[in-house]
Order: sequence, then C-alpha cells, then structure tokens
Amino acid sequence: MMAYVSTFFMGLLFAVGLGVSGMTRPEKVIGFLDLTGNWDPSLAFVMGGALMVNGIAWRFIKPRGRSYFGDPFSLPRSQQVDVRLIAGATLFGMGWGVGGICPGPALTSLAFFSPGVVVFVTAMTLGMVVGNAARPQTSEARPKTGEVGVR
Amino acid sequence: MEIPQDWLFALLGGVLIGTAAAGLMWFNGRIAGISGIWSGIWFERGDQTPRLVFVAGLLVGGLLLTFLFPAAIPDLSQMGLARLAAAGLLVGIGTRLGSGCTSGHGVCGLARFSVRSLVATATFMAAGFATVFVLGRLTDWV
Repeated sequence: MMAYVSTFFMGLLFAVGLGVSGMTRPEKVIGFLDLTGNWDPSLAFVMGGALMVNGIAWRFIKPRGRSYFGDPFSLPRSQQVDVRLIAGATLFGMGWGVGGICPGPALTSLAFFSPGVVVFVTAMTLGMVVGNAARPQTSEARPKTGEVGVR
Repeated sequence: MEIPQDWLFALLGGVLIGTAAAGLMWFNGRIAGISGIWSGIWFERGDQTPRLVFVAGLLVGGLLLTFLFPAAIPDLSQMGLARLAAAGLLVGIGTRLGSGCTSGHGVCGLARFSVRSLVATATFMAAGFATVFVLGRLTDWV
C-alpha cells in the first residue's frame, strides 16, 4: 500500500514540476526549439535541474540493488543503438516540434479539460499502436535483479 | 545581471521533476518514463495498478496546478485540432519506436549514463530544432 502512496505522490510531484517549469505550455516549448528565431533558453534549465537531482540520486540508488520497498529495479534490457531508436526519436522530435507537447505534459494537461489536449492524447495513443507494432516485444523493460543492463 | 524569472521557475520545476523521477526509482524501482507508462496501461498485460496510480498522480498534480499555478495552463486555441492530432500521432509512433520520450530518455536514461538514451535525446532534440526551423519558414505557426 505504501508503495502505491509513493507512486501516486511521485506522479503528482512530476506533474507539478512540469507545470512550474513551463513544460505544459507549448508556446514555451516551441520557443525553446526555435534556435534561430526568438530563442527562449529557459527550458534548458528544466532538464538541467532534473538531471542534476536524478543523476546524483542514481549514484546512491544503484548500489542498493533493490528499491526501498524491495522491488527489483525495472530497467530496459536493450543496450543497442539501432535504426529503430533513431527513427523513433526523430519522429518523436518532429511531433514535439509540431505541437510543443510531449507525453508527460500531455497527460498532466488532461486535468485542464481542454479539447485540444484530448485530441493530442487520443492521437498519441493511436500512434502508439503503430509504434508498438514496429518494435520487438523482447525489448520491454522488465523487472530483474542484479547488474545486468544497469549502466 | 538579473536572472530571468522564467529560468528560475524552469530550474525549480526541473528539480521537482528530477526528485519525482529519483523517488520513483528509489521507492518503487521504476523508471518515470511517461510514454512507456501510458502505452503500458493500454497495450501491455500484467499488474496495471502502479501505472494507473502514477497517472492518477499526474492528473491530480494537474488539478493542483489549476489552483496553485494557473500560469501552467496552456492556451491551445491558436493551434488547430488537426495540428494537435498530427503532433500527437508523431509523438505516439516515435516514443514507442524509440522506446521513450523526454522523461524516460532525457531525465531517467541520461541520469544513468545510458548510451541509448543519450543518442535518443540528442536525436529528438535535433529533430525538434529542425522541425521548428522548417515550420517557422513555411508557415506562421511558430
């Protein structure tokens, strides 16, 4: 039960972080991606701040081997840089540039009851059907113990 | 020199996001990869409770924002529904094909020094820059 409480709270914190940072505002995201135009660098600090905390935290979390509640770390198995990864990241980046919305802000913004967000999330979910069909089932993140796959 | 307020909010928000991602790994052993969690709810078997509880947290967080930080609420009225649908479709296909999005690769993968995530993050950032560059010249969208 406590594991669910922490999962819920981390989701909540994640969403509040997205909102405070400016990531839920597409015009802000597009301003960040508009390098040669009227560039707004502020969102670089979002990833900077997140990586600073999470990067340091991982140094401490990794040696524990298991989560606080005893679950094995669920990490991706694949270590390979392949065409699928690059093609997928390219399509995602294009979509991010077109709409200024990525999945976290999209789901968070469902709480704002805007029809545009519902359209985005519906299209995203349909797109996932296509994307999932084009990936092997074995590359899913699965729970496992030990160091295999942990970088 | 005065530091723009936007930068401070961005940094604060980033720290909150990083704390949430670290907390989910520390307590639950899970990667805070939003596209993977959402896709899992719809297209994977197994225990859905953790995924649903996390998304519930996101939604309640969104509701909190409407009261505590209404500046977070986007104005999507300038963007047509067709544009949002096209963007969503590309994001959906791309995040599954590429196994992650800004959160899974950018925040979680980079923190673990994953080479895959580094390549993915560099790629989607470059694609995003290029897309906005091209659209800015072809349309009045940007």
